[in-house]
Amino acid sequence: MRITVTVDGTTYTDDVEPRLLLVHYLRDRLGKVGTVVGCDTSNCGACTVHLNGYSVKSCSVLAVQADGGDVMTVEGLARDGGKLHPVQEAFRDNHALQCGFCTPGMIMQTIDLLAENPDPDEEAVRLGLEGNLCRCTGYQNIVRAVQDAAGRLRGTATDDTYADAKTVAAKADTTGGVR
Amino acid sequence: MTATAEPEIGRARLRKEDEHLITGRTRWTDNIVLPGMQHLAILRSPPAHARITGIDTSAARSMPGVVAVFTGADLAAEQGSLPCAWQITEDMKAPPAPSLAVDTVNFAGEAVAVVVARSAYEAQDALEKIDVDYDDLPVVLDLEAAAADGADVVHPDLGTNVSAVWTFDSAEAGTGSDVEEAIRDAEVLVQRTFRQQRLIPAFMEPRSVVVDPTGPQLTMWSATQIPHILRLMLAMTLEIPEHKVRVIAPDVGGGFGGKLQVTPEEVIALLVARRLGKPVKYTESRSESMLAAHHGRDQIQKLTLAARRDGTVTGLKVQLLADMGAYLRAGTPVVPILGAFVFNGIYKFPSYHFTCTNVFTNKVPTDAYRGAGRPEATFAIERMMDELAAELSRDPLELRAQNWITHEEFPFHTVAGLTYDSGNYEAATARARELFDYDGLRREQAERRERRDPVQLGIGISTFTEMCGFAPSRILGSLGGGAGWEHAAIRMLPTGKVEVVTGSSPHGQGHETAWSQIVADQLGVPFEDVEVLHGDTQTSPRGMDTYGSRSLAVGGIAVVKAAEKVISKARPIAAHLMECAADDLEFTQGQFRVKGTEKAVGLADVALAVFAATDLPDGIEPNLDSDATYDPDNFSFPHGTHLCAAEVDTETGQVRIRSYVCVDDIGHVVNPLIVDGQVHGGLAQGIAQALYEEAVHDESGTLLSGSFAEYLMPSAADLPSFTTGRTETPATTNPLGVKGVGEAGTIASTPAVVNAVLDAVRHLGVRDIEMPCTPMRVWQAIHAAGAGRPATSDTEGDAR
Repeated sequence: MRITVTVDGTTYTDDVEPRLLLVHYLRDRLGKVGTVVGCDTSNCGACTVHLNGYSVKSCSVLAVQADGGDVMTVEGLARDGGKLHPVQEAFRDNHALQCGFCTPGMIMQTIDLLAENPDPDEEAVRLGLEGNLCRCTGYQNIVRAVQDAAGRLRGTATDDTYADAKTVAAKADTTGGVR
Repeated sequence: MTATAEPEIGRARLRKEDEHLITGRTRWTDNIVLPGMQHLAILRSPPAHARITGIDTSAARSMPGVVAVFTGADLAAEQGSLPCAWQITEDMKAPPAPSLAVDTVNFAGEAVAVVVARSAYEAQDALEKIDVDYDDLPVVLDLEAAAADGADVVHPDLGTNVSAVWTFDSAEAGTGSDVEEAIRDAEVLVQRTFRQQRLIPAFMEPRSVVVDPTGPQLTMWSATQIPHILRLMLAMTLEIPEHKVRVIAPDVGGGFGGKLQVTPEEVIALLVARRLGKPVKYTESRSESMLAAHHGRDQIQKLTLAARRDGTVTGLKVQLLADMGAYLRAGTPVVPILGAFVFNGIYKFPSYHFTCTNVFTNKVPTDAYRGAGRPEATFAIERMMDELAAELSRDPLELRAQNWITHEEFPFHTVAGLTYDSGNYEAATARARELFDYDGLRREQAERRERRDPVQLGIGISTFTEMCGFAPSRILGSLGGGAGWEHAAIRMLPTGKVEVVTGSSPHGQGHETAWSQIVADQLGVPFEDVEVLHGDTQTSPRGMDTYGSRSLAVGGIAVVKAAEKVISKARPIAAHLMECAADDLEFTQGQFRVKGTEKAVGLADVALAVFAATDLPDGIEPNLDSDATYDPDNFSFPHGTHLCAAEVDTETGQVRIRSYVCVDDIGHVVNPLIVDGQVHGGLAQGIAQALYEEAVHDESGTLLSGSFAEYLMPSAADLPSFTTGRTETPATTNPLGVKGVGEAGTIASTPAVVNAVLDAVRHLGVRDIEMPCTPMRVWQAIHAAGAGRPATSDTEGDAR
């Protein structure tokens, strides 16, 4: 099947097998290997990306379901000459990663979480990240990073390099089926 | 050059590693794509024990994209036997361990065939077309039954399921007295049997291997903790000349001991690539990882603690059964033995006897998992101390203080034969008590008991030590292993920048940052000017890799020693440049200074002069590069006091950790940010053993907890926030005074949590709950003890 998908700001048209998972399309066809596969039961969340502005586990979405959609991966966050997204900065500054394998998914889920709740308390953060597993950090510094990022985003809301994706989300809220 | 005034060691430096990890510019093994690369998929055995009577691969071979299919018979002549690096007893029984099963399968998940195809999807499709006929054999699962006479055997050729029996007796070793005497004379005996359930390391990055056979050297990229050991083992077991193999561990997504292995998958990929003359890649699914990567723990511990009525412990007898699984992998037999040296914990009781029986079963092999032997031992002694306290109606902290080694008594020769160089258990405990509000929580506990609150509060204690910094080679030699050293090299570049090559192989620990801090202090160069190279046997030819909390305490010291050599090589050159005697120079903050003067030359200037080589003293080699191999004289002994407050809902069995305080003493700290991160992650894994995780098999040997849907690896919502504190009692056995931190949290936390759960329900008559302490087990224990009717505190007489 032929699909057209915008990934990290670039539009691609490809013929894909109907069974091809979005994560494999990203990794194997587009070389977007920043997004990783950590499990095969959609429990770990390592493959989390944004589809039309909402976080999805890209192992649970078929590439054909993303046809016409806008995908943002961790590789698309640092824009404007490599300036890090505030959530990326917060993860670094709070030592919220060790091996880093879960990190792309954690960061993408965090951005989604903070878009829904810009000022989450600890419990809200922990529940909001329930679908993303980490084996290294014990989550404590991740929770701290999310709350730190929330502060940064509230402080820089007008200057948010990522505001465009959320605008896309607001306009194109038609993909609830794959959330 | 810029001198760094503030010492780097001790600074909470943000990690150099993070930039590429947070932006997704990563180099995981599974990212690698090579020209002509083929994809492997592995067919795994459903039965746990069966004879293979036929394999039909013809349909698979004709599937689209399939290049080849190999069975064990195809590779039998060249696959050799997977290596076990430890011969723990002279008569240890070790069956041949094929990478691809040839005529029998011995655990569910064992590899039986491999498909090579142009894409991973096509390889996977073809797996389903392979038809294997199995004749079932008796399945050996139960550890106690397997060890008994007349049991069905996993390996008929061995005639028994017992691989080895390993014993330590303090009376025989001369480290103490006879434990049987202590038991005979005991005023109080506490006898318990604990089960260390089987766990799955569950690193986040599934194992992956890429092999390129096309170059002058065969190159293997692997998601491994041990590129150096892997290279050596591949050479030794597959008869490939060692210099013809290069192993690279690129970005590696966690290990926790689970990637401390020479795996069947690595061998299969190598053999297939060599056979086809083409690069191949194999990446396991999570389900395969759970099924076929080695597991951890899995012991039954029979314990007898002897004491006097005044609370003085007089001896400990330990009888272990350790589940090897079906084969001995790299470290399988030694893992339980490592615990033998720390069952005595921080205590100074005079007699100790340890015996461990290693037993084969039809399960995936066990091997290292964070702590490897020491969590099990620490759990046992810390649980037993709480049991003794309960028996004597004593405060468990006070009872520990009565028995522990006091800080004036170091160095202390332990009953298990080690010498603890340093420690201050009093200081760590005092700090933990303070952070925890021990007395306040005890009061609340008493109140809740008094009012028969359905939610009871328990306080769990773990005052632990561990032996880390693996390891003095001579001690490893006495366990049938060896090579505990680590290597480092420093390259002084002409511009004054520095490359550090380490034989330690990080997979999340932050070596690049920590080693940069060490070198910045040693050489007086800016942190930013240091590049740390690792994980490739071509750039880092000598190494013993990362496990056993060894990186800093062994590898970090090698870095220090190499830096010292750089300075001693630079000194005569600096003296020559300043026309003074070498003895007149002092080296501080990157400068050779003529003592008592302002005259100085920087290390960078010396490096440039060495490069130009136009004006060097006669006979001096124009090269500052240095390397060092450091073999420690002793282990390091981190210790700490962990306190856990747990609320147990007696109506549902639900356990909630209300607060967790740990004060760890890991000696001097290089980077507190990294240390806290290691502690947090370690705690999470230890708590997971106490409350959540267990590899469960059904009666046929099928793994029931074979994915993250069934194996309860905790999420953020399942864990509390931790309060971490530190005391710093430097190790006296190395120049940095460091001890290592990788395993502390895991080792300490499991008994703290289980002790807390039991402390919450002990007054209801509960004496033990098997791990993991799931709501069902807790609820059942409460009901079994009190037939569903919670006893009141005054009828129990122990309302601490």
